[in-house]
Amino acid sequence: MSENKITNVLMSGVGGQGVILASDVAAVAAGTEREMVKQTEVHGVAQRGGSVVSHIRFGDKVYAPTVRVGEADVLLAFEKLESVRYCHYVKKDTGVIIVNDLEVMPGMVGETVPYPTGIIEFMQDKGYKVIVVPASKVAEGLGNFRVTSIVMLGVLSNFIDLSEAAWMDTLKERIPAKLMEINLKAFEEGQKLGREALNNSHQTIVG
Amino acid sequence: MGREKKHLMQGNAAIARGAYEAGVHFAAAYPGTPSSEIPVELAQYKEIDVQWAANEKVAFDEAMGFAISGKRAMAIMKYVGVNVASDSLMVFPYGGTLGGFVLVSADDPGMHSSQNEQDNRYLAKVAKVPMIEPSDGQEAKEFIKEAFEISEQFGLPVMLRTTMRICHTKFNVGGFTERVEAAPKEYKVDIPTWVVPVFAKSKRAILDDKFSRLEQFAETCELNVIEEGDKNIGIITSGAAYQYAREIFPNATIFKLGMTWPLPKQRLIDFCSRFDKVYVMEEQEAFLEEHLRIYGVTNLMGKDIFPSTGEMSAALVDNVVNGAEFIPDYSKEFPIIQRPPQLCAGCPHRGMYYALKKSKTFVTGDIGCYTLGCLPPLSAMHTSFCMGASIGNGFGFARGGMERVVAVIGDSTFIHGGIPSLIDTVYNKANMITVILDNRTTGMTGHQDHPATGYTLKGEKTFEIDIEQLVKACGVEFVKKVDPYDLEESYQAVQEALAFDGPSVLITYRPCALLESEKRKPKTPFMVIEEECIECGACHKLGCPAITKVVGNTVIDYNNCTGCSMCEQVCKPGAIVTTAK
Repeated sequence: MSENKITNVLMSGVGGQGVILASDVAAVAAGTEREMVKQTEVHGVAQRGGSVVSHIRFGDKVYAPTVRVGEADVLLAFEKLESVRYCHYVKKDTGVIIVNDLEVMPGMVGETVPYPTGIIEFMQDKGYKVIVVPASKVAEGLGNFRVTSIVMLGVLSNFIDLSEAAWMDTLKERIPAKLMEINLKAFEEGQKLGREALNNSHQTIVG
Repeated sequence: MGREKKHLMQGNAAIARGAYEAGVHFAAAYPGTPSSEIPVELAQYKEIDVQWAANEKVAFDEAMGFAISGKRAMAIMKYVGVNVASDSLMVFPYGGTLGGFVLVSADDPGMHSSQNEQDNRYLAKVAKVPMIEPSDGQEAKEFIKEAFEISEQFGLPVMLRTTMRICHTKFNVGGFTERVEAAPKEYKVDIPTWVVPVFAKSKRAILDDKFSRLEQFAETCELNVIEEGDKNIGIITSGAAYQYAREIFPNATIFKLGMTWPLPKQRLIDFCSRFDKVYVMEEQEAFLEEHLRIYGVTNLMGKDIFPSTGEMSAALVDNVVNGAEFIPDYSKEFPIIQRPPQLCAGCPHRGMYYALKKSKTFVTGDIGCYTLGCLPPLSAMHTSFCMGASIGNGFGFARGGMERVVAVIGDSTFIHGGIPSLIDTVYNKANMITVILDNRTTGMTGHQDHPATGYTLKGEKTFEIDIEQLVKACGVEFVKKVDPYDLEESYQAVQEALAFDGPSVLITYRPCALLESEKRKPKTPFMVIEEECIECGACHKLGCPAITKVVGNTVIDYNNCTGCSMCEQVCKPGAIVTTAK
């Protein structure tokens, strides 16, 4: 059987955070350098504020569009609750969970439930490598909270094997010209966060 | 790099591209997840006349007439829409078609955005028409071209079954070709051919003859492929299930069926005879397996081991066939909070539901975003089944003795399937209220236009149906328009309608808060003055996602609040105030 290396990425977040845009950019970027790409979303009733998860798979030959549980190389979570919700998708030995340090309280229905604590520790106890990045803070620092998704993509670019050119070409194709400068800056800041996390990983990552 | 140029596109866009290349001239549709993007994608091609129809049967009938007149046409709908169109679908084959006709049925295994699971391969069987099933985006593009060819070759409508996982997955699709204009067939007046009821018996014999030729065709149809591999593992599969089978068994011998009705009986029997054991992997019902068993094949592993509900997955195949353990969902061990679906902040439906709840009404519901009115804290809808059922169901409850019955139905759904039952509330003297929740769009499926918005699918201005005039023309005497953002006005309107003896109609008139035109309007969010708030919980009873509690204090999310003011109206201490200065 010939080697069929496939990269499996899961992106999760809350509806409205830009998970779909980010996964679209990643899928297009992957398509410029890999033979096959499949990207699919799983969400229930169309809604704002719901849990959103996107599956991206690329390689020489990709069959199933969905990532198997336990097979994701990267889980890129745009929100903390949305990391633990999907953590079981990640490969225990080589996979990594990248979490944006942001808590989005679900809109209240019925009783009041506090936002849970100990999410990162829970996933580490389960044996996952977890990297927490302040993507939303960086985005706010750049003056636009909404570019969080692009900061997250910048972080991701350190963990999957796609060229700088693939990312840049795709961003330039997908982002409207008037928002280009801030988005390219956001991507660059994300790349820096990712590099720092990689360099520090042997000290801080449990796994 | 020398690689072929490929385009990352949704399965739905691939279907549209294939239809364009196949030279389709006309398409009609009613929105329904997961099919809704196909007509929108078709609209980018100026050669194609594409439109939203009032409902799926209308869409089907329009495309049917167009195809019989000699040119290629398609009708597009979600699988339950085919139920609406099925009256025509079942009779169309008796007359047959000149121009190619393809019905796209988008199924939803797993009910991601649907009210039931229904395997529409059975409908192709009942209608005696070919069923084509692509397994990915590339096949979606190619197979629809083949579907048009088969349609014209046999003079029959053809169904193309896609599923959510194909419709809403992006694939890199290549092999784009130029559009080929199919030569129009010449329609000639021929009463015995096209007036089916009068000549039905002779038409049946013609259809049977066509079908037996189709059965022969199935044996050699190139959409059915045996991928030779390991001689010990035989798999029969179709559609998205093929991908999961191949993922787990990269070397198995797989009989992949691209045409699943009629089936290549002899090829299937011969295939099964080569193996000790054959796995039949299909999403939803045991359609392939049942027919194999009718053919006398017994060495099958099918729905005895695979579930007939939900989507398949590679993990499921691995678990069922290889005994691989599922990795447990760790979030179940953690005090995770769900993010349940709910009416959006600023949703105009909220105001009417609040008024209906306060009025202690019994509410029969329908299909749309507003179905979420059944959820707490509003809990203001008591039944909901399918498109257009609310008014008839409400009639039945009222006639059965239930008091204070209200049917709620959206604007698009009312036009789709509510008008005949509203007429019946007048004709048969029902004592009930019908509320038409007019949010100026087809909301749930992603903001498609309809006959009461005044715009066509291609964005052209058209006559705007006046729902109020329509309702009056049906003979309803008590008709009132209300602003659902005004809670008191809404409540008073419900009270008046309840007091009226006979059928009455309330029309709430407020655009969906997510429409681009609404989002562009300047917003003035509300806020809570902490010192004034007595935490009475009144505002929480609206179920607005912008209102939450942070460390025991009620707060309004500034970014999510649209300024609809409903919470201000229910706040007795006056602790909720505008942020405007």
